[in-house]
Formats: sequence, C-alpha cells, structure tokens
Amino acid sequence: MIEFSTWDILRNLLLATRWTILLSLVSFVGGGAVGLLLLFLRISKRKAARAFAKYYIELFQGTPLLMQLFLAFFGLGLFGIDVPAWLAAGLALVLWTASFLAEIWRGCVESIARGQWEASASLGMGRLQQMRYVILPQALKIAVPPTVGFSVQVVKGTALTSIIGFVELSKAGTVVTNATFQPFTVYGLVALIYFALCWPLSKSSQILERKLNVAHRNH
Amino acid sequence: MSLIEITEVRKSYGTNEVLKGINLDVEPGEVIAIIGKSGSGKSTLLRCINGLETITQGSISVAGAQLIDDEVHLKALRLKVGMIFQQFNLFPHLTAGGNVMLSQSVVKKTAKAEAEAMARKMLDRVGLGHKFEAYPDELSGGQQQRVAIARALAMQPIALLCDEITSALDPELVAEVLAVVRELAAEGMTLLMVTHEMKFARDVCSRVVFMHQGRVHEIGRPEEVFANPKTPELQQFLGMH
Ligand SMILES: Nc1ncnc2c1ncn2[C@@H]1O[C@H](COP(=O)(O)OP(=O)(O)O)[C@@H](O)[C@H]1O
Ligand SMILES: [Mg+2]
Repeated sequence: MIEFSTWDILRNLLLATRWTILLSLVSFVGGGAVGLLLLFLRISKRKAARAFAKYYIELFQGTPLLMQLFLAFFGLGLFGIDVPAWLAAGLALVLWTASFLAEIWRGCVESIARGQWEASASLGMGRLQQMRYVILPQALKIAVPPTVGFSVQVVKGTALTSIIGFVELSKAGTVVTNATFQPFTVYGLVALIYFALCWPLSKSSQILERKLNVAHRNH
Repeated sequence: MSLIEITEVRKSYGTNEVLKGINLDVEPGEVIAIIGKSGSGKSTLLRCINGLETITQGSISVAGAQLIDDEVHLKALRLKVGMIFQQFNLFPHLTAGGNVMLSQSVVKKTAKAEAEAMARKMLDRVGLGHKFEAYPDELSGGQQQRVAIARALAMQPIALLCDEITSALDPELVAEVLAVVRELAAEGMTLLMVTHEMKFARDVCSRVVFMHQGRVHEIGRPEEVFANPKTPELQQFLGMH
C-alpha cells in the first residue's frame, strides 16, 4: 500500500478547492446577474412580471438545493440532453443563488423612502432612470452586508454538487478518504478549508454592517 | 385657455372617494393657496395634477396637453409642472449641486457643463450658491427645501406645485423658504400651494381655494375669503387658525 503524507492529502484537497472557488464565483456572479433581472421583474409595474418573479423565488427557495441539482442533472437527461456535472452544478447554483439575492435586494429597494420615487418621478425620470440614478445607489449600500453574508451560503452550497459527481472540495475529500483510509484527517482538513473560505466572508459582512450603522451619512 | 384646467376630477381609493368633482382653472402667473382640514384631499389634488396618482374620472390639462397615464405623456407633463414636497425628498447620495443637475442630465440630456451652470444659477437664486458641494444631511431643513426648489426650477417648469412645503420645518426656518416662494411669485411663476401659512396666503396669493370633504367648498380672492367666509365650514376652519 502506498503511504500518503498529510501534505499529499492537503495538496490534493487544495487542488480541488480551486473548483469550489470557481464554482462559487460563477454561482455568485451569474446568480447576481439573474437576481438583478428578477429584482426588476419583482418590482415591475406589470402584474405578470411580478407574479413570475414571485413564483420563481418561492419555487427555488421552497425546494432543497439538492433536488434542484438532481433535476438539472437527471431531468435534462430525460430530454436527451447529456448534461455534464459541472454544467448542472453551475446552472442549479446560479438559479438558486438568484432567487435569494433577488429577495435580499428587493428588501433593500423597498426600504428606500417612497418620497425618493415620487421626487424623481416628478422630475420626469422614467422607471429605469429612477432605479439607475436614485434608488439603486442608495439600496446598494444597504445591500452589501447581507449580500456578502449570503455568499457564505453559496460556498457551502457548492458542497452539494459532489453528489452529482462534480469534483470540488467535498468530492475530493471522499476520493482521498477512499484512497488513504484516513477519514478524520481528510474531512478535518476539508472542514478547515471551508472555514478558511467562509470565515473571512462572514466576518467582513459583520464589519460592513457595523460600519454602515455607525455611518449615518448616506454618502 | 387657462394654463391648468381641472374639470370634474374624481379620485377614489377603493370605495373611498377622496376627490368628488373638482373644477379649477388656473391662469398663467396665478398664485393659488389651497387650504382646508387634514384629509380634505388637498395633497391628492396636487398629486393628481402631477400624475403621481391617476384620476378616476374627469380631466386635467396643462398648457393644452391632456394628462394621460403613460410614461411618455407623464414625462412631458412633469417637464411642465414641478413639485415640491413636505419632506424635501432630496437625493441623499448626491450633493446639493448633484441633486439639481441629475434630472437635467438624465431627463433632458443636458451636457454636464451646461447642467452645472444651470445648477449654480438655480442654487444662487435660492441663496445657496455656496452650498453646491454640500450633502443634504449637512444642510438645515430650510436649506434642504430651498435646494428642492432649485432642483425643480432647473427643469424650467411653467408651474410649481407645493405641498405644505414649510410644515416639516422648525418655525425659525419657515421664513427663508417662504421668501423664496414670494420671489418666485413676484417673477410671475404659476404656483399652486397647499399651505397652513394664512398670512402668507393673504399677502401673496391671487386666489384661495378652501377644500372640504373632497370638494372646492369656497374659492375667491384672499381678501374676500378671509374677511367674509360664506360657509360655516370655512368660518370654523378660519376660526381655528
Ligand atoms: N394612497 C392612499 N390610499 C388610500 N387612501 C388615501 C391615500 N392617500 C390619501 N388617502 C386618503 O385620502 C384622503 C385625503 O388625503 P389627502 O389628500 O392626503 O388630504 P390632505 O392633504 O388634505 O390632508 C384621506 O382620507 C386619506 O386617508
Ligand atoms: Mg396633505
């Protein structure tokens, strides 16, 4: 039997961590873009658009991420589309992330005083202009801490993709365990790496929130 | 033809009819004070003229153009009619200058240098030329309201709607805002203002509209309305003030 040093284990895990980070980034950026679109639909003047966004959000928040991954991976296969694990993982995580970010941001947009909408409307701005120049600049500041905070959930969410066979940190943990028979060391290291990724995020979310509360200034 | 023609305007919120057939024609250069108890529909009327609320029945036209509820028509209307609010509603993330420049650049696509020159001119006009770089939370309430007036003026409206613009101010700050309004009136700006400042209404306004339960209950020149209120409702209202 080949002997594995702790360094061998760590090195393999770190290599797989790249995929966890990449998947997290893709999910977060893609989810942010789709989330922004959903946000606009959710607060649109059109009833159908609002309803669509509302049901989308309820659907994706109301079902386990794992089921969404399964559906993306196996479901599309039913239509004869061969979905690689990375694609299913990315797709499901983007859509899932979008539903949460859209809802977080909607709360921020709605916390902006109604007078801001009225004043900008009375100056002749259209709805998109109001959003772009008046509402979002103010909402964005409020949105930063909860958005950064949610990124932790995204990182942890990527662990589920190991189940459909995407080789990221968790999956690598299982593979390495099977080869080394040192589950405690391996999963201990896996947990430490996740912690090293997530802790700075949640900490900075807290710091940002405190800063925002201290600064009464809106600029 | 009058500048603003309000004809048989009705507005309901659900089953609650707030405006019950308002008729009012405003001539260019008129300064009209709208007085009345809280809840009589004064704000709703102004908000309808600016298209912030859609009317249930009747018609409103400004400078010959009908108020129609779609974005193109609303925008055209709002370029003609500016509105000042009780709570100032300045954009807190922009400086005073930025507040006055924003809609010029965004709505009228005015070039930056030109918008800035206009903003300086309008801030000067309300006595705040030196506060161009100040953020709203660095200004007093009276100064914020004057910036709001400058912001509306920069769009070169033909009429201004003012909804209790001094009601949120500390008493010592009311005068500086009223002085600006007085000057606008003297320059011939058409003004519709909801106000509780009876002395100001008497001095500056060409007509006073007394609203009661969603109707124009009495209307006339301030000297008539204040000296000889005809209806018991107006007598009672004036007795309280
Ligand atoms: N957005 C709204 N929804 C429902 N009712 C409203 C709304 N705005 C105003 N009202 C009602 O309309 C009536 C007139 O209000 P308003 O025009 O604000 O009166 P005023 O400005 O004279 O105090 C009040 O009874 C108020 O409750
Ligand atoms: Mg009112």
